[in-house]
Amino acid sequence: MKVAVLVFPGSNCDFDCVHAVEETMTDGAVERVWHTTEDLTGYDLIIVPGGFSYGDYLRSGAIARFAPVMNAVAKAAEAGVYVLGICNGFQILTEAGLLPGVLRRNTGMKFRCHSSMLRVARPDTAFTSEYKQDELINIPIAHGEGNYYCDDETLAKLQANGQIVFTYDDNPNGSLNDIAGIVNEKGNVLGMMPHPERAVSDLLGSSDGVRMFTSIMKAWRERHANVN
Amino acid sequence: MQTLTKNTLDSLEQGKINMSKEPTPAQIASERIYATMGVSDSEYDLICTILGRKPNYTEIGVFSVMWSEHCAYKNSKPLLKRFPTTGERVLMGPGEGAGIVDIGDGQAVCFKIESHNHPSAVEPYQGAATGVGGIIRDIFSMGARPIATLNSLRFGKLTDERVRYLFEHVVSGIAGYGNCIGIPTVGGEVMFDSSYEGNPLVNAMCVGLIDHEDIQRGVASGVGNPVYYVGPATGRDGIHGATFASEELTEESEAKRSAVQVGDPFMEKLVMEACLELIQSGIVIGIQDMGAAGLTCSSAEMASKAGNGLELNLNEVPQREQGMTPYEMMLSESQERMLFVIEEHNEPIAMEIFERWGVICRKVGRVTDDGRLRLVYGSEVVADMPVRGLVDECPVYEKPSQVPAYYTKNEAVDTNRYEEVTDVNDALLKVLASPTVASKEWVYRQYDSMVRASTSVAPGSDAAVVLVRGTRKALAMTTDCNGRFTYLDPYMGGRIAVAEAARNVVCSGAEPLAITDNLNFGNPEKPENFWQMEQSVDGMAEACRHFDTPVIGGNVSLYNENAKDAIYPTPVVGMVGLVHDTDHITTQGFKQAGDVVILLGDTKAELGGSEFQLVIHGVTEGRPPVLELDTELRLQKTVLKLIQDGLVKSAHDVSEGGLAVAIAESAISGGIGAEVEVSAEGLRTDVALFSESQSRIVLSVSPEAADAVVEACTQNEVPVQRIGVVGGDRISIQVNGQQAIDVAQHEAERVWKDAIPCLMQ
Amino acid sequence: MFKAKVYVTTKANVLDPQGAAVQRALHTMGYGAVEDVRIGKYLEFVLETNDRAQAEADLKKMCEQILSNPVVEDYRYELED
Repeated sequence: MKVAVLVFPGSNCDFDCVHAVEETMTDGAVERVWHTTEDLTGYDLIIVPGGFSYGDYLRSGAIARFAPVMNAVAKAAEAGVYVLGICNGFQILTEAGLLPGVLRRNTGMKFRCHSSMLRVARPDTAFTSEYKQDELINIPIAHGEGNYYCDDETLAKLQANGQIVFTYDDNPNGSLNDIAGIVNEKGNVLGMMPHPERAVSDLLGSSDGVRMFTSIMKAWRERHANVN
Repeated sequence: MQTLTKNTLDSLEQGKINMSKEPTPAQIASERIYATMGVSDSEYDLICTILGRKPNYTEIGVFSVMWSEHCAYKNSKPLLKRFPTTGERVLMGPGEGAGIVDIGDGQAVCFKIESHNHPSAVEPYQGAATGVGGIIRDIFSMGARPIATLNSLRFGKLTDERVRYLFEHVVSGIAGYGNCIGIPTVGGEVMFDSSYEGNPLVNAMCVGLIDHEDIQRGVASGVGNPVYYVGPATGRDGIHGATFASEELTEESEAKRSAVQVGDPFMEKLVMEACLELIQSGIVIGIQDMGAAGLTCSSAEMASKAGNGLELNLNEVPQREQGMTPYEMMLSESQERMLFVIEEHNEPIAMEIFERWGVICRKVGRVTDDGRLRLVYGSEVVADMPVRGLVDECPVYEKPSQVPAYYTKNEAVDTNRYEEVTDVNDALLKVLASPTVASKEWVYRQYDSMVRASTSVAPGSDAAVVLVRGTRKALAMTTDCNGRFTYLDPYMGGRIAVAEAARNVVCSGAEPLAITDNLNFGNPEKPENFWQMEQSVDGMAEACRHFDTPVIGGNVSLYNENAKDAIYPTPVVGMVGLVHDTDHITTQGFKQAGDVVILLGDTKAELGGSEFQLVIHGVTEGRPPVLELDTELRLQKTVLKLIQDGLVKSAHDVSEGGLAVAIAESAISGGIGAEVEVSAEGLRTDVALFSESQSRIVLSVSPEAADAVVEACTQNEVPVQRIGVVGGDRISIQVNGQQAIDVAQHEAERVWKDAIPCLMQ
Repeated sequence: MFKAKVYVTTKANVLDPQGAAVQRALHTMGYGAVEDVRIGKYLEFVLETNDRAQAEADLKKMCEQILSNPVVEDYRYELED
């Protein structure tokens, strides 16, 4: 399984994602892929990592979405390749229109970094199959703009399609309906504010994030088996 | 090489090729313009002797920053020599950007602390942010990958509106910079005392990891080699920042707002990645960051360390503003800039790296063999100074020192004369709610403490612990200094600062390695202040020798004064320790019901400088606790061994607030109560609970391990007492058979956690 | 050559917590008359062209593509000679 971790100027969780993949996905061969790359053919999972791409100086993710690599991400997403956007990666995916809504400033106005309990609302996605329905998992957050917002119509659609994958048990940022992570309609693009790559070992405070990576590997294997 | 002709020499002397509005050399002399730059009459005369003529405006500017306390340590040098700076593991001591200590397997840890007190006092957000940016550059310019930062902060009382403003914005500035660049802010300390009102202390520490073969030095070697400028263009930011840092804060400082630079963490992230890649490529001969005094200090120091000269072509320096003079370019403190030397034929390798990262890199000069720092602008030489004169010939002052009256007076103060506090329950809640003791979650929740996914112990325990990827090792790190102790007795306070840092590191399961120090003091011209400095340094140096934790670098910040007085002398100690195996990582919280609580160390009647004395009796007076070095070392060695043997569940150093607070903190962190019974012969209940006697640690251990722990302590002559059991939902403490404290664990937690958020609302 | 001035504001129906915080501060400072504080962004830049229609068309596109996020933000602009 080939995994690409995108690197934009200002990405700062790219190495963490690489390490998490190396430590959890036994089949994973992972590479850091530069933002100027125009072709992502051959990758089975594309991770858009956290950080402050381009300093987040205009709006989080607003400049990164115009990087050449984002066209390739859109193409890959269209083709059904798994795309996982974490934190700033989630913000980039919404700015790029690959996921609906927007991440706004936390209602408390301050950056927040701490462990957070997420409820798994949809264990039937490629990213969450190793979790149980409504399981509470400990995945840390670290963001200043994680307040998910969308209009009523979009929210209704997210609910109707079962696109809300994770919700906060104790909403830290004012997110609409406690939303912490969503998938696209096709179910192959997931965006989430919490950091599963920081929860891959008890020494880091939680290993609940491991199963997100193993879920993806499982989904890929199944898909791969079907193709053969 | 361009040499100074008779003609240009004459022109320089007469100021002809000076920028039109700049004062001429003659005016600088007759109007004593140098004095406004902090250069004394005798120093000016010496500069004239060194140059063999009168300096022009650019030259006197360059001398003034190179000869400031910040760059030349002219008032502190004799004291700094008293520190032990070598050791078996020390790979790089003071003198370079940061010190480096071996941690085995070809790896080393690189760390340093630095102050940004004065900039933070006038513009707290940018002052703190650029402080963080500066210390990070110090670490990666050594070739190390920064893995964590810490901060040691001091403010006035939070009831004051201006103090709240400073506190709020300093914290956001640290968060804004650290979070964006992606280096976790893992710890530090915050203390509040009216002594710091108007002059907060903002000390930032950065820790990096490095392989031995990657260690860099800031040297401009190899005559003829080109010198490159890296980073954003130079503007007129922070001109005379180094001089600014070497002056007292006055009402006028507010008007000096232009002296504060603006940080760009995004740019620094790019510069950092590009520079680390450049270093990895193996072509770097010398590299140094442009910190205080910008281009001046970096170029002069790099030339000096190689025993060479440097010629800079200022036409090539990227400029953000129009019409910048050589003076302005040399003294600008625009952020995120670096200077490096490579061999000319390697230029394409460097350029490819910087282009890919989108960072400006420009050749601005050349290494020369004549030992001079020469600046060319237009087609003229606009300054020509001997490097040695700039770097080595600044006069060093042995300041007079005098015992302050308050110190003598305090000798007679009996800190046991206060009427006994009978409601110790209430006293505990008051001390827990004191901002110095209270939870700092409001602060550290704003910091990304987990980026890099290596933080094992985040802020909120005795020391932070960061894993060393690919090994079973980890690094424990902390900053410590109790300014009240150093005020009451600078010598003892200096010892305590080092001992407490080491104790915190040991409680986390690590072996103390070395320290970096940030000496924050008042105006050294006042003999009483100089005495405080001298005494503190002696106390620290003695403790460092005793614990074999050398000083591998640091920073001096003087002239920390407000309208009333000097701040408390605050020599902050930043310490790093090595956790040999991640199994040894230990935190302060109680772990499990039924575990046995054990107190190591003796409790004496020592309330001088304690939190209890200030919160309950409203004073800071008397003598601080006595720290006995052998006792402390025995305690630390014993506890570290017990932890390494797997016998300890939790360990917490007894510090501010004494035993009562230490037990409450272990209970709060663990989310579980404890029932404790202490015997303290001859001590009043309130004294036994709140005395801040040194060399004490509270452990919790499994019932099966308890006997072995007591036995080991007895054997090592460490006073030991089984004092209770973990469990239940109350914190209950009996003293000498009498019930003293009984409070619900969640009530203590609420008071402790809500204190700062309530004050900040 | 034109000078473009772009104002990006939070949509009227979307909560603006920054604006609310400033409003609270102004109220505590005694400016009780202050209502509906909204915080936005202001950008200005030069467009090197003499074709006003083209400049305006480009400007509009820039606003929609990158300078604002239509989910939560409105924009308006001025084009000066």
